[in-house]
Amino acid sequence: MQTPTLLTVLVILVLAGYWIGRQRSIQLAQPAGGIRFLRSLPNYYGLMAVVWAGVPAVLVLLLWGAFDSVLVRGMVMAGLPEQFQQLTAERQGLIFNQIGNIARGADPSADPALLAAAEHYKNLLQISVVARSIVLLSIVFAGIGIAYFYIKPEVRAREHFEAVLRTSLLTCSLIAIFTTLGIVMSVLWESIKFFRIIPPTEFLFGLQWSPQIALRADQQGASGAFGAIPLFAGTLLIAAIALIVAVPIGLMSAIYLAEYAKPKVRNTVKPLLEVLAGIPTVVYGFFAALTAAPFIRDVAHWIGNTFGWEVFANASAQSALAAGAVMGIMIIPFISSLADDVITAVPRSLRDGSLAIGATRSETIRKVIFPAALPGIVGSIILAASRAIGETMIVVMAAGLSAKLTANPLDSVTTVTVQIATLLVGDQEFDSPKTMAAFALGLTLFVVTLGLNFIALKVVNKYREQYD
Amino acid sequence: MDTTFKHTSVETSTGPVASEPTTLGTDLEQEVGETVGDAFVDDPRMKARNVDVFYADKQAIHNVSLDIGRNEVLSMIGPSGCGKSTFLRSINRMNDTIDICKVTGSITLDGEDIYDRSMDVVSLRARVGMVFQKPNPFPKSIYDNIAYGPRIHGLVERRAELDEVVETSLRKAGLWEEVKDRLDQPATGLSGGQQQRLCIARTIAISPEVILMDEPCSALDPIATARIEELIAELSENYTIAIVTHSMQQAARVSDRTAYFHLGKLIEVGATDKIFTSPDHKLTEDYITGRFG
Ligand SMILES: Nc1ncnc2c1ncn2[C@@H]1O[C@H](COP(=O)(O)OP(=O)(O)OP(=O)(O)O)[C@@H](O)[C@H]1O
Ligand SMILES: [Mg+2]
Repeated sequence: MQTPTLLTVLVILVLAGYWIGRQRSIQLAQPAGGIRFLRSLPNYYGLMAVVWAGVPAVLVLLLWGAFDSVLVRGMVMAGLPEQFQQLTAERQGLIFNQIGNIARGADPSADPALLAAAEHYKNLLQISVVARSIVLLSIVFAGIGIAYFYIKPEVRAREHFEAVLRTSLLTCSLIAIFTTLGIVMSVLWESIKFFRIIPPTEFLFGLQWSPQIALRADQQGASGAFGAIPLFAGTLLIAAIALIVAVPIGLMSAIYLAEYAKPKVRNTVKPLLEVLAGIPTVVYGFFAALTAAPFIRDVAHWIGNTFGWEVFANASAQSALAAGAVMGIMIIPFISSLADDVITAVPRSLRDGSLAIGATRSETIRKVIFPAALPGIVGSIILAASRAIGETMIVVMAAGLSAKLTANPLDSVTTVTVQIATLLVGDQEFDSPKTMAAFALGLTLFVVTLGLNFIALKVVNKYREQYD
Repeated sequence: MDTTFKHTSVETSTGPVASEPTTLGTDLEQEVGETVGDAFVDDPRMKARNVDVFYADKQAIHNVSLDIGRNEVLSMIGPSGCGKSTFLRSINRMNDTIDICKVTGSITLDGEDIYDRSMDVVSLRARVGMVFQKPNPFPKSIYDNIAYGPRIHGLVERRAELDEVVETSLRKAGLWEEVKDRLDQPATGLSGGQQQRLCIARTIAISPEVILMDEPCSALDPIATARIEELIAELSENYTIAIVTHSMQQAARVSDRTAYFHLGKLIEVGATDKIFTSPDHKLTEDYITGRFG
């Protein structure tokens, strides 16, 4: 049976297993005087049969899928004449591909040894499919059979089922954890390779970033400049500008929405603000690049020319200010929406207590509600900050690509994420320092954000202890 | 039944109004009738006249007129939902914070109409403090909780003065000995009874003229309740107190006068002894003898 048919049959069988388990328990309960003499409801006996029949079958199916092709390939290659066995692993891979093509009829011209191997391959595949069907069907039948004989009124099917459920929930959460671990490991692995070539001290404290130099063959050995400080400075500068824009506006809108706005206004304005978060960042990017950046440059030039201030007159067309300000607009809803939720969650009794002492509304907000909501507000700001640090598109389009070490918001800068993107775009050698630098940057960014989150969590917990 | 204060103009409301029911008619007649007993006193601190309160279209208080005498403890009792809290909250305009709530009629404090446009609600609430059913300390230190009111009203100028206000308020609330060594710790760490006394201290700290209490002991155990009741007795020497309570024993213990509310109407007011021993109104009698409520 092919996979879809097999799956359908299995599902039907498992459902039948549910019905059988259920009926069996009801049948057993009859002599005892009805289903209330069962340890669990009939449904649970049915579910138990489902688990016993279905879970082993699914596991075997997955394992089969994982090892089937490896085994078949091994057997096909082992069956080839001597001369093929001597080849390198890469050549063998090509040969095996060719065999596959022949078997599919896509490659008619071939030498007899390969033709035979293709025939062998086809046979093996067929055998595998048949064997799979037989094995799975027997597993399901066996599972249902065992459940059938195992079911007795005193069996605690409900507890059994709960245990299975708990295990599967645990498995799901482990999948997420292991995926994260896998990502970290791969990034770590590539970074270690990078740090073998470029010492970590140079990467972490170097003030010069120009990875292109290292690519040129005649400069092999002469180390390219991989000092990441300008990138981190750029990231910080842009994120700081974004937060300077977003925090006050976001918090004030949150306070307005939570404390002053009538329910009707709130129900319209809040979703509208949230739309800001849903606009694709590319759109923000070209808004920043085509509208905000030229505007800022023109204003800066005008100021510079009017007052004779060099800094303003030299403002570049792509500026950290443009990218940061537009990014700030983008992250406003992260702050306003979350902060509005936490402010609304502050109990009414606190508000009443303060108002009843004769505090005004704004005094109440500043001195009672704000401190009480602070952990949540800090949380919303951190979320917005991590969004700002991770944002790439707007910066690419509006702040430029030049890694300058500057604190001048009118200058063009670049950020860590932008560099990661540019380093990996296009055809790259996988072992050049330039490519691996992207992983090192990723790792550093990961460590920094992790540290930030950790600190923020500590701060929030400290307030929590004090205020809950 | 028409001989009650409906005809008594607000201006002449000094002096007890004998609202003696001329005919003690049927229950029904009494139920729709006017307040019986002494709603007015000689020397009122606060006067409520013909007060109606509405939540949107729903009327929660019907034509209530009542005096709160100087330095007296007035208790308000009545079945749940009869409007005690609503009436109490109109006295310091806490109802303003509920959008749909509307108050009509007049309420005066020392002769000033508190709903007048010239009345500053902030200073009104500083003069008429309120203690709530559930202790609601701010998420701040014990010290800052007490200092909150004096600070926002600018009652003190130097730290030493503030320290003094904090100490005297806590002493008056009978909490000083328990917390004097941990003034800088969060108030939320106190026990429920301590928190409620802290809230009372917080109210006293701004030296109000009137203190309103809405079931201040309902979340407390008998010992903490007894402490608060003692406290009310002490405070009544200097403050005017109106207290809502569900415990008739408590009303009998702490108050000078008692007002009985029923379905948004003020049924009977009088000296506490009188209300609890020989109420004039059938509804009052039913309530205090536990026939309903
Ligand atoms: N915020 C509100 N919005 C609408 N109706 C309200 C509101 N608060 C109170 N009410 C209504 O007003 C009436 C009086 O309520 P109130 O809280 O004053 O009663 P109470 O006498 O204090 O009751 P309890 O003894 O249970 O505290 C009730 O019918 C209540 O449903
Ligand atoms: Mg109430």
